Amino acid sequence: MIEMKGVHKKYPNGVTALNGINVSIHKGEFVYVVGPSGAGKSTFIKLMYREEKPSKGSVVMNGVDLATLKERKVPYLRRNVGVVFQDFKLLPKLTVYENIAFALEVIEESPKKIRRKVMEVLDLVKLKNKARFLPNELSGGEQQRISIARAIVNRPGLVIADEPTGNLDPDTSWDIVRILEEINSRGTTVVMATHSKEIVNTLKKRVIAIESGRIVRDELRGEYGYES
Amino acid sequence: MTLASVGAVTTTLILVGLFLVLMLNLNQVAENVEEDVEIKVLIDLTAKETDINKLENEIRNIPQVSMLQFSSKEEELKQLIESMGEEGEAFELFEQDNPLNDAFIVKTEDPIDTFKVAEQIMKFDNVGEVVYAEDVIRKLFEFNQYARYVGLGFIIALVLTAAFLVSNTIKITIMARSKEIGIMKLVGATNSFIRWPFFIEGLLMGILGSILPIALILGGYYYLYENLQDRIQFPFVELLPYHPFAFQLSFLLLAIGAFIGVWGSVMSVRKFLKV
Repeated sequence: MIEMKGVHKKYPNGVTALNGINVSIHKGEFVYVVGPSGAGKSTFIKLMYREEKPSKGSVVMNGVDLATLKERKVPYLRRNVGVVFQDFKLLPKLTVYENIAFALEVIEESPKKIRRKVMEVLDLVKLKNKARFLPNELSGGEQQRISIARAIVNRPGLVIADEPTGNLDPDTSWDIVRILEEINSRGTTVVMATHSKEIVNTLKKRVIAIESGRIVRDELRGEYGYES
Repeated sequence: MTLASVGAVTTTLILVGLFLVLMLNLNQVAENVEEDVEIKVLIDLTAKETDINKLENEIRNIPQVSMLQFSSKEEELKQLIESMGEEGEAFELFEQDNPLNDAFIVKTEDPIDTFKVAEQIMKFDNVGEVVYAEDVIRKLFEFNQYARYVGLGFIIALVLTAAFLVSNTIKITIMARSKEIGIMKLVGATNSFIRWPFFIEGLLMGILGSILPIALILGGYYYLYENLQDRIQFPFVELLPYHPFAFQLSFLLLAIGAFIGVWGSVMSVRKFLKV
């Protein structure tokens, strides 16, 4: 699904974030990306939805090289990638329903389909009863579930989560991870950057560890491997 | 702030409108004068009929010449007498023994070619004298040309300023919505989808801004035209007729307003889309 070859990333301010990354992630995998802060995790993840372009090397997703992908085609790439952030990125003035529907409105889906799809994902994240609430009337965990719902409402092949549990307490974090696992079990590839030792060590999945811009460890059913 | 932008468009268009009224009317006066520019070629008294025909052909073959008319010395005298009014009667004595020359009246396609053509004609045989208002015309043409450039520059500067103000306003709207735009980009909205509402906003600002200037032009020019047109006594000077001038100008202002708005908005959105 994703194949990175010899990827380097140097930012205009001179910081080298990635220093020769080679990795493949296959369809249907669940991958943790771990490593200390500033090691290049975020950059690694940003390459996958073309927020950043590699300075050198190639990032091929479903046969398309994102390094040379035309700006005009980026929106269509992103429709096949759902992204979840630590800070949720919900629009405060829209209701839960509207926030999710927003993702379908901007790709000009028909109103009938929007309704059906939004209700479906609300059911999946178990927040059907809060459809008319505003984001700040919900708990952090609920807000993150909404943002996951928005990321998957378009049925993308890949869901990327950048520290989705970073702002949440342990119990709520587990809710989030279980939802991601559920999504993964339905065939969607999930890539999740995390600092949670407990999650990585309990729910065993493939672990990619990044340090100083390189992959230092890549194990199936791996461990977190750092003191948390 | 939106009000400020609409105000900027309004102010710009009022200035542009006033300026255009002035400029286009002056231009009309200049054109009236220019069209009246003619070269009078006095034919030598000794020239025979064949010489005159030859000269006529020579002049007709100059590419810039658009009109060539023969005026016999009798006609010339009649014109002279008419132009003198009462006192002209004294010249009637000359009808027996006309001292004037036969002449060709020549006009050029573009009045600016007058000098060139006049100089060329001067070299032909049997030409006694070539009469045209050399200095005055030359200065008038130079002034017109200069005034047109200055006017155009002035209008462009005004339009740029207004577009800049509109783009600043829209930039503020966009910054307030930058989070929304970021999320739109993230979930795969195309740039044109994001740009659309701002495009409409700019267009509306431009159109709103042009309402007052158009009203002023339609009303003000009507007043001006009704009151001044009949009082103007100078030759060549007349106001452009209310219909269709005021309406054409209104459309032009509307178009400029829309252009300012749309351009301002497109300029400011462009930066935010590079995510």
